[in-house]
Amino acid sequence: MKTETSPEKGSKRELITFSIGQQDFCMDIMLVREIRGWTKVTMLPHSPADVLGVMNLRGAVVPIVDLSARLGLGPCKPSKRDVIIIAHIGNQTVGFLVTAVSDIVGISPDEIQPMPKVGGLDENSFVQGIIASGDRTLRVLDINELAAAMAAEPVEV
Amino acid sequence: MASLDELRQIFFQECEEQLEELTDGLSELESLQTDSDPDPETINRMFRAVHSIKGGAASFSLDAITQYAHAFESILDELRSGKLIMSREIIPVFYRGADRLTDYIAIGEAGGVQNAHELENDISEITALSSFSHHGSAAEPAEDCIAEFVPVALSFGVQEENNPSPQQGDYSINFSPTAALYSNGHEPVQIFRELETLGSLDISFSLGAENVWDASEPDISWHILLSSDCLESEIYEVFEFAQDLAAIKIEMVGKKNSALDNKDAIFPAAQKVEPEVKAQQAEKSDSAPEKVKSGPKATVRVDLELVDELINMVGELVITQAVMTQSITESELSVSRQLATTLDDFKTLTRNIQERVMGIRAQSVKPLFQRMGRIVRETAQIAGKDVRFITDGEDTEVDRTVIERLVDPLTHILRNAIDHGLEHSDRRTEAGKVPNGSVKLSAAHRSGRVVIEVNDDGGGVNREKVLTSAIEKGLVSETAKLGDAEIDRLLFLPGFSTASSVTSLSGRGVGMDVVNSEIRRLGGRVSIISTPGQGTTISISLPLTLAVLDGMVVTVASQTMVVPISAITETIRPEASKIHLIGPEARMISVRDLMLPIIDLGTIFGFESERKLGEDGILLIVEDDKGEQFALAVDHILDQRQVVIKSLESNYGHVPYVAAATILGDGQIALIIDLDEITNEIPTAASASLKSIRASA
Repeated sequence: MKTETSPEKGSKRELITFSIGQQDFCMDIMLVREIRGWTKVTMLPHSPADVLGVMNLRGAVVPIVDLSARLGLGPCKPSKRDVIIIAHIGNQTVGFLVTAVSDIVGISPDEIQPMPKVGGLDENSFVQGIIASGDRTLRVLDINELAAAMAAEPVEV
Repeated sequence: MASLDELRQIFFQECEEQLEELTDGLSELESLQTDSDPDPETINRMFRAVHSIKGGAASFSLDAITQYAHAFESILDELRSGKLIMSREIIPVFYRGADRLTDYIAIGEAGGVQNAHELENDISEITALSSFSHHGSAAEPAEDCIAEFVPVALSFGVQEENNPSPQQGDYSINFSPTAALYSNGHEPVQIFRELETLGSLDISFSLGAENVWDASEPDISWHILLSSDCLESEIYEVFEFAQDLAAIKIEMVGKKNSALDNKDAIFPAAQKVEPEVKAQQAEKSDSAPEKVKSGPKATVRVDLELVDELINMVGELVITQAVMTQSITESELSVSRQLATTLDDFKTLTRNIQERVMGIRAQSVKPLFQRMGRIVRETAQIAGKDVRFITDGEDTEVDRTVIERLVDPLTHILRNAIDHGLEHSDRRTEAGKVPNGSVKLSAAHRSGRVVIEVNDDGGGVNREKVLTSAIEKGLVSETAKLGDAEIDRLLFLPGFSTASSVTSLSGRGVGMDVVNSEIRRLGGRVSIISTPGQGTTISISLPLTLAVLDGMVVTVASQTMVVPISAITETIRPEASKIHLIGPEARMISVRDLMLPIIDLGTIFGFESERKLGEDGILLIVEDDKGEQFALAVDHILDQRQVVIKSLESNYGHVPYVAAATILGDGQIALIIDLDEITNEIPTAASASLKSIRASA
């Protein structure tokens, strides 16, 4: 429902912010199903390096992706203090390992700056845009792009 | 309100049930002694089944089905009225009729249109029966009446010609519909209109005792005075669909004669049902009175998806229960007695729930067997052999998916049994057997598995021919000395076929190996026992459900994995002296002088480099889908248990050499290994050398 008084309000996106290492990221909260603490996963043989394994989510087998490695920030050694964001993308459920979840912010689209062209790192294609809020810089993740890359990735034998 | 599409779907579902009923009746008739009369009840049931199909088809304008069902029904009507005498000859025609009807329904369901010429042929094939007893005159009117066919009101020349007046007159009909009649979409007015086609009507009505008029449950009875020269059975036809939903009383007021007896003969259960109608219609709305009589279980139609979800959730419940129990035991808390008992009760309860829920998916193999009956009939006809088809254990229940996937393997096996197994009748007579061979299909539960057997009383496997053929095709070495059982198993090798000429039935070189791999995929095993001159039995042993699997829980490089038990033939702790290196890589173990290649699971999965066998580690001797044996090296065997199969593909994708995942008691996920993928892809060199070694052993 659109309200005429504040047109921006209706189009505001709710984003969940989290950190990986020293960097802050965010993604659309509508994709997030739940947030869990790190538990031991079962290794998958012959899987890409950023797939840590699979874990049991109330009877469902959910793959866990090391988001740090996926974004090219180097593999993360999971510890008990790390957090898994369970996201539902398309019809798949995937868990992302992150360092910590901070808060939820409401952002209107014009606050998101397009990703400037730097370097040419492939991993940057997962970043949709940048939000500068105060002293923080939030990178908006394109989860669909991320999932598509996962599905397309050939599994080495 | 259900859409027309949904109603259509329900109609086709019901058709399946009616066809089952029809085939049931046929096999009952078939099993009769030659000289005994068929049970009128049986014929009534068959008639009713065909009639319901006709009625439904007519309301969906499925003309081909309607016309064929009508022709079929007419013949059945002649049979039940005694105009057509039951004989051996008509059974095959009826079977063919039932098959045709199944085809028409399948075509109708797919939205296709039946070739009009074929339809005519098929109809004349079945109506030809009626001229058996009527010498020509009957076939004509029967055809005519198809042309001007009215869905429910059934009347055709033949009947009236042969049944002069004694059963005709005026009728007084009392018709008290129940609420269910209205809610099922029937309209009394429609019924009256149809009655009007029989004669002139005088209708009056009375309201129920209560003065309160409840529009949702109208309590109203109709009194109809029908002056007509129709048969009483025709009136019953009109009320057929309303029968379970209303109290109906039909009395003849004109002439008192044999009408009552006749009524009993045609609808023996109708009167009986009357007083009970109100009670029964609450739980049943579509069953024929006969069903009420035989006391079937009340059933509900449930969306399959809902059942699957339920099964999934119960699977999770079982896992959660196991996790809870384990963590309580591990927490080293002093567990109170009460908590311990409650935990045990909880465990029993969850297991019971799981069992029942799994039972929901289970279905009797009967429809499958009936489908196979048709294949046997058709195959026998093409092969020109007279085959008696016997079924046993039709009520055995198996998981729905298993049943669906058994169709192709069983078709292959049955065709083979008839084409290759059974001898021609002259050969049988020579061998001192009854001229027509028999094929028996049976199902039974045996120690937590379902065993399905196809048994023929033919000549058995021609081992000499099999061996020669296998050597010719290079499947075994010429010098090989194989035991009888080993020769029989050659039939399951890919690319094996003994038929000297390719027939339309079998002999395309596919078949038994496809059967074998399909059954393996279901977690089952196929075995063959053959006695020369006496026949062959092929038995398929299957797990009760595809949702759980018997697995051996092992560790491989500190990872827990599950190996399907159905493939494991034995486990051994190898002695270093029995392990031989062949070439730089391949390792073999001799088990009772048979050399088996060793596959190290740790290496396969890339967890670790090859370990030194002999000091630690255990070998699992497994047999793959081609019947070849391998030794899998693992670290430890932890447990042997039933595991719930969880898909990896849905959230992730295919993992090489892994079939699925499961969740163990500690809540951790364990991977279930895919033996066939491992043995098919990995040691091609090893298996090649295996063949030569085995052959010379």
